[in-house]
Amino acid sequence: MRIHCPFCGERDEHEFSYGGDAMRLRPDESNTDQTRWSAYVFLRDNPRGWHQEYWQHVHGCRAWICVTRNTMSHEVRRVCSAQERVKELRAEASQ
Amino acid sequence: MRYSLWNLARQALRGHRGWQPAWRDAEPQRHYDVIIIGGGGHGLATAYYLARDHNVGRIAVLEKGWLGGGNTGRNTTIVRSNYMLGDNTDFYEWGMKLWESLSQDLNFNVMLSQRGQFNLAHSDAQMDAARRRGNIMRAHGIDAELVDRQVVQEALPHLDFRDEARFPIYGALYQGRAGTARHDAVAWGYARAADAYGVDIIQNCEVTGYTLEGDRVTGVETSRGQIGAGRVGLAVAGNTGRLAGMAGLRLPIESHVLQAFVSESVKPCLDHVVGFGAGHFYISQSDKGGLVFGGDLDGYNSYAQRGNLPLLEDVLTSGVALMPWLSRVRLLRHWGGVMDMTMDGSPIIAPTPVEGLYLNGGWCYGGFKATPASGWCFAHLLAEGESHPLTQDFTLERFGLGDQLDEKGMGPSPWAH
Repeated sequence: MRIHCPFCGERDEHEFSYGGDAMRLRPDESNTDQTRWSAYVFLRDNPRGWHQEYWQHVHGCRAWICVTRNTMSHEVRRVCSAQERVKELRAEASQ
Repeated sequence: MRYSLWNLARQALRGHRGWQPAWRDAEPQRHYDVIIIGGGGHGLATAYYLARDHNVGRIAVLEKGWLGGGNTGRNTTIVRSNYMLGDNTDFYEWGMKLWESLSQDLNFNVMLSQRGQFNLAHSDAQMDAARRRGNIMRAHGIDAELVDRQVVQEALPHLDFRDEARFPIYGALYQGRAGTARHDAVAWGYARAADAYGVDIIQNCEVTGYTLEGDRVTGVETSRGQIGAGRVGLAVAGNTGRLAGMAGLRLPIESHVLQAFVSESVKPCLDHVVGFGAGHFYISQSDKGGLVFGGDLDGYNSYAQRGNLPLLEDVLTSGVALMPWLSRVRLLRHWGGVMDMTMDGSPIIAPTPVEGLYLNGGWCYGGFKATPASGWCFAHLLAEGESHPLTQDFTLERFGLGDQLDEKGMGPSPWAH
C-alpha cells in the first residue's frame, strides 16, 4: 500500500503510523455529557468500504494526515491534512 | 452414522460406499424459533449446545459461504486458558475443559494435542509479570508453572540460547494443558453433531437485513428469502460491525486483518507451542511438519481477508530473533482473517438494544480457543435471555461504565491489542 502524503508525495506504508478512525469529532472540552463522551471514545462506524482515518508520517515530515481508504481493497482515494479534516467535521457538526 | 472402529471396519469391507454425508443440506423453512447467523465454529457450537441442552424449538444456522470458511479455518489452532482479568480467566478455562472431552462428546476427532505452551520471558520484569499471571491462574485452579531458562532449553533446544542472542530467554510461564486442535474438524464436528439434533444448517445464505417490528426483531432477510425468527443470534466475528449496522447499532468494535503463516514441512523440531515475549510471535509445528505461526495485526482497519507485506516482514523478524534457523525455512503460505477488535481486547456475549437480537462477537485474538465455551454460554443467553454466569462481564455496557477487561492495557486503540 502507498499513501500520497500532501507534503512529501507518494510513500510506502512503512513510513506511516496508524492513528485510527477520523469519522468522529471529539466533543467540546466543556461538554459533560457522559453518553456522548463514551460514544466518542468507544463506538465506531467500522465501515466495509470507504473509511476516513488518521495516519502520521512518522518516518517523513511527521505531519498528521487524514486518508480516505477502502477497507476492502486498500485503495486510497483522498489525502488531506488532519487539520483540514477536523475543520470539515466541525462544519458538519455545526449544521 | 456413528464414527467408530466397528463402523470403519464395516465400511472398509464394503469398499467405503456406505458413508453418509455428515450433515443435511437443509432448505430454509419459513420460521424458526432461533436463528444463528454465522456458520463458523462459534455459531455451530451455539446451535449444538442449544439443541442438546435447552428446549427452544426449531433452530437454524445461516452461513453466507461454506462452514468454517471464515476465521475458524484461518487461525493458528492454539488453545489455552492463561487469561487473568475478570470473567476471562474462568471463561477460557471452561473452554479448555470442554476441549478436553470434545472429541468424545461430538464423536468427531478434533485432534486436540495438549502439547503444552511456553510463554517466554526475556527480562526480570517479564518473569515478574509471568509469575503474577501464573499465580492468578493457579488461584482459579488452572495449571500454570513458572519455569527457568534451563527447563525451557531442555524442552525447546532449538531456540536461540546463545550468549549473543538479541533477546535472552530468562524463563517462561508454562501451561501443560494448552496445545492445538484441528480447526476445520471443530466446525465439521459441531455441524454434524448439531445436525443430528435436528438443527438446520443452511449454507450459501447471506443475511442482508432484519425484519423489525418496533424495537423487536422478528426475522431476517436473506439471499434465499425472508425467514421469520423468535430470536436471532449473531456469531459473525469479523463482520459484526456490518451485521449490527443493519439493525442500526454502533459497536465498540473495529475490523482488522490478522495474518497467519505456514512453512514447508520439516522434521519434528518443535514439540510445544511457543509464545515469544520480546515481540508478538507465536509458533507451533503441525502434524504434517509445517511450522504454523503468527504475530500482530496489520494495524489498520480492514475487511480484506488477505494481508500486506510489511507485517510479514515484521512477523518473520520476530521469528528469526527467536529461532535464527527459521531464516533457512521456506514459507509455504500466508493468509488473513478479519478480526472483530474490541476497544479493550475482550469479547462480547450480550443482549443488544434491539429486542430479540443477541450478540456474540469481539473475539480479537481469542476466537478459536474460545469456540466451545462461547457456544456454551451463547446458547444459554439465547435460551434464557440472560447472560451465563461465566460471561457476566462480557457486556456492551462495560465500555461506557469504565469497566473494561483490558489484558494488555492498551486503551481504546483496537489495532494495538
